[in-house]
Amino acid sequence: MHEHAITGDRASILAGRSRHLPERHPIVAWAALAWAAAGAVTVSWPNIKDIALTTHVGVGEGLVGVLLLLGFLLGPLLRGVNRWLGHNGPWFVALPVLLSVWQVASAKTGYWPMPFFPPPQGLLHAYVTDYPRLLESVKASLVLLGLGLAFGATAGFLTGLATGWTRRVSYWTSPLLRFVGPVPTTALIPLVLFLFPSSFSAGIFLVALATWFPVTILTWSGVAGVDKAYYDVARTLGADQRFLLLRVTVPASLPHVFVGLFMGLGHAIAVLVVAEMIGVKAGLGYYIDWARGWTAYGHLYAGLLVMALLFSALTTLLFRVRDRILIWQKGVVQW
Amino acid sequence: MVALAIGDAAQVTAGAALDIETVSHAFDLDETTLPVLNRIDLSVRPGEFVALLGPSGCGKSTLLRLVAGLEPPTRGTLREDGRPVTGPDPSRIVVFQDPTLFPWRTVRDNVALGPQAQGRLRSQAGRIDEALALVGLTQFAKAYPHQLSGGMAQRVALARALVNDPSLLILDEPLGKLDSLTRLTMQGELVALWQRKGFTALLVTHDVEEALFLATRVVVFSDRPATVKADFPVDLPYPRHRGDPRLVELRRESLALLGLDVSW
Repeated sequence: MHEHAITGDRASILAGRSRHLPERHPIVAWAALAWAAAGAVTVSWPNIKDIALTTHVGVGEGLVGVLLLLGFLLGPLLRGVNRWLGHNGPWFVALPVLLSVWQVASAKTGYWPMPFFPPPQGLLHAYVTDYPRLLESVKASLVLLGLGLAFGATAGFLTGLATGWTRRVSYWTSPLLRFVGPVPTTALIPLVLFLFPSSFSAGIFLVALATWFPVTILTWSGVAGVDKAYYDVARTLGADQRFLLLRVTVPASLPHVFVGLFMGLGHAIAVLVVAEMIGVKAGLGYYIDWARGWTAYGHLYAGLLVMALLFSALTTLLFRVRDRILIWQKGVVQW
Repeated sequence: MVALAIGDAAQVTAGAALDIETVSHAFDLDETTLPVLNRIDLSVRPGEFVALLGPSGCGKSTLLRLVAGLEPPTRGTLREDGRPVTGPDPSRIVVFQDPTLFPWRTVRDNVALGPQAQGRLRSQAGRIDEALALVGLTQFAKAYPHQLSGGMAQRVALARALVNDPSLLILDEPLGKLDSLTRLTMQGELVALWQRKGFTALLVTHDVEEALFLATRVVVFSDRPATVKADFPVDLPYPRHRGDPRLVELRRESLALLGLDVSW
């Protein structure tokens, strides 16, 4: 009886161990096949007209297929890579399918008319030939966004803190916030461009303003919502006003401040791109508007793709910072 | 060695005397005033453990807020060792019904609140660890409050109070929200801490048995506006036993004072 139990245990342990051995994910093999097929379609199906870099795209797709095949074969040796490939397997199948649909609809059949819908190699062409301008645009956008966000977030945090902390400040700021707040910053672009000495300073001001409002409102509501019992506790322990403000009010309202920062980042990006399209003669918004003007749609999509990558990276970065600073919230609220 | 240091500190700390002199208090509710305390006179000797009993909402907790200095009384004076109470002071620490730990601070940093607020964080680092050890939570020093059970959280709140070596510990139903087993354990711990440290304790509770088990003296309040209805010593040695005939007798008398004699 006893013996039997032990062998049973051993069997289950062995089973568990073999389950933990990394296995090959069949989906990765399918993904390799899909990329190879996409490459074959791109290279062997003739274009309806001459399009540069078609072979490059096809060979590139094939190379991805080879890499995936290697990943599939060597997967059990590379634990991390294997897990990553297994998790993203379905995407690695979907991507070449979508690329091929796009390739066929645009370059191979002309079902999607050409100047408006260039094939993938059209985007590649834009990156290869125009990367200095694109990099310049990314830099210009990032400088405006960075400076504007820094000023706007700092000012918003301080305004919100002061508004929530003292009556004397909220007497003046709260009607102002109610009145100015609902006006979209984009509506102020023409006025600001006209009032400011340079489009650079105007851009920074617009981004800062767009950030300032949500950060102010959320910081204010965070400060107003601090549990009064925290103040009682701190006061009986000998805290002065400074301690209450810096060690109770600020940390207690930080979760709200971060919500404000997320909203502020969204508003800031929107107003930045519109401002670049209207009057600031630099940045990704300007690049896209310029590409449209020249009917260079490959460049337009290339710019949009860079925008998507850049702004999602910024949002992710803010999430990471929040997760670090608000680690104590984990388990208190569901993210 | 460490234990010895705590022992020394305990001998230095003496309980404070508390004098409540004809204190009345009323709340302002739009246009009307609601009287909560009516001419309360109470003198607490150093080192006494006084339990305040009274019907729910009679103003016991309000009296504690006045003693803590969180609010000034409408009329009358409160004195700690003869000096009038004008505001909060680390010599009078409150343990509230909710532990009200700061969720963004670890357990240790919560206990360190008092020393930090008083600008003595550096010199009192050792005392903070002692206080944690005193309530048996050394292993949880780096945990965050949301990871603690109700009893553990209330122990942290107790450590946060004791690290300041209060001469008057104000307990506002500190065990009220705990489950009954944790509660019984912590009642024993409270007595032990009080005997060891020698502070004066002022406890508000709605639990008659708890009052009699812990306190050297029980004060019974009337309905709002509260007046002192009865004030009697609990002349029993520690450790006490809940089945002690004298304790049972005192409980019946206390319940009678609270108007609950019929059911017992």
